[in-house]
Amino acid sequence: MTKQQANWSPYDNNGGSCVAIAGADYCVIAADTRMSTGYNILTREYSKICKLADKCVMASSGFQADVKALQKQLAARHLIYQHQHNKQMSCPAMAQLLSNTLYYKRFFPYYSFNVLGGLDNEGKGCVFTYDAVGSYEKVGYSSQGSGSTLITPFLDNQLKSPSPLLLSVQDAVTPLVEAEAIDLVKTVFASASERDIYTGDKIEIVVVNATGIRREYMELRKD
Amino acid sequence: MKLDTTGLEMAAPLWGSHSELVDGFSAAPSFELPITTDFDGFQKEAVQMVKPAKGTTTLAFIFKEGVMVAADSRASMGGYISSQSVKKIIEINPYMLGTMAGGAADCQFWHRNLGIKCRLHELANKRRISVTGASKLLANILYSYRGMGLSVGTMIAGWDETGPGLYYVDSEGGRLKGMRFSVGSGSPYAYGVLDNGYRYDMSVEEAAELARRAIYHATFRDGASGGVASVYYVGPNGWKKLSGDDVGELHYKYYPVMPSMVEQAMVEVAGA
Repeated sequence: MTKQQANWSPYDNNGGSCVAIAGADYCVIAADTRMSTGYNILTREYSKICKLADKCVMASSGFQADVKALQKQLAARHLIYQHQHNKQMSCPAMAQLLSNTLYYKRFFPYYSFNVLGGLDNEGKGCVFTYDAVGSYEKVGYSSQGSGSTLITPFLDNQLKSPSPLLLSVQDAVTPLVEAEAIDLVKTVFASASERDIYTGDKIEIVVVNATGIRREYMELRKD
Repeated sequence: MKLDTTGLEMAAPLWGSHSELVDGFSAAPSFELPITTDFDGFQKEAVQMVKPAKGTTTLAFIFKEGVMVAADSRASMGGYISSQSVKKIIEINPYMLGTMAGGAADCQFWHRNLGIKCRLHELANKRRISVTGASKLLANILYSYRGMGLSVGTMIAGWDETGPGLYYVDSEGGRLKGMRFSVGSGSPYAYGVLDNGYRYDMSVEEAAELARRAIYHATFRDGASGGVASVYYVGPNGWKKLSGDDVGELHYKYYPVMPSMVEQAMVEVAGA
């Protein structure tokens, strides 16, 4: 008797791209707002960005149902942390929590490709990049999602800094100022939406700095 | 199947009584498993999505002065280089190192878990854990997850009361004690250089240079290895990072470009 195959998959890919760039005293996190399934657009105004803590923001692309579940899980754990420690979680702490949360579903993964951005305890920008099961790395910039293969080479060209593994450890943060970084993000998404069908409609840009968190939008191609 | 979950936090504390005593390390298993008729097929597909980064070169060897550990830093997903700056040498504690090959998340998570277990051992027994003991802890955990799709090929290197120690542990449940190991897609190339140049009585500098060269040659020939060649030394006082060199620059250092003799130079033609 031939093996029975499932004719249903628990996963779907809603597309989209996210980017995060760390600066000396700020962090820019951006994602497009298009949500698709197959060749259909479900909505043009879906936010893929979630504020996890005072100085910590996450953007995720992939399967948005899993992303929503993941965001809820992290928010709940953050609340418990605040009750127990009487303070907000720092960005590096949240980064490890996210890694463990993803790995606990190692045998039924969250189909979620995340970038975490924010300020560390000294106020410097930090970006963490993840794979679907929780392996993570602190980097100066990162991109995930359907447009990442188009975006990352461009960011490498503009922002690449000496590897953090070289013996004299150098800072991974970019020397750009906040306005330049935001401009770079807008350019990058404009290019990505030209060649990636799943990226477009609008960009949501979140900037975390010493004064707090602010949000801005930019229109993209709707085709 | 009884999974070893002693290192994991319970999912239960979120609803049950969150008492400090029970925090974190209790018996009930907490890995959710999908309810499916075909577990293996599902895992196969999930693995495709996760696509573990097997492309790597790591090596470690014992010599007179201690243990030398080296690795590249490239992570690849199929043909795409997802990162050139992955830390493949994981610092378990100040006198023990682990190397990463296979699934990045699997290696990171279980090495961190091993570090926790080693610390608990120190607190419970008032002395450091041996390399033999640490590698056995890891091997037993990986054995209990055998067949479930974990991909881990690691070397545990350290210095304990019996001197330098080196073990190879993998996700099939294998655990081997040895003097020289190399793991990853670039390992055949690294073995060639390593086996050829190895002598038990080398100085630390000679051993470091051998390790660096072996990684360099592996990154030269293996497309899935590259980035930065990191070299660590483990001695009686713990581990120390000796060097991290970009392999592109190492190439020109080992094989500098000689300015060649020009026989006929092109001359500017006036006008035309």
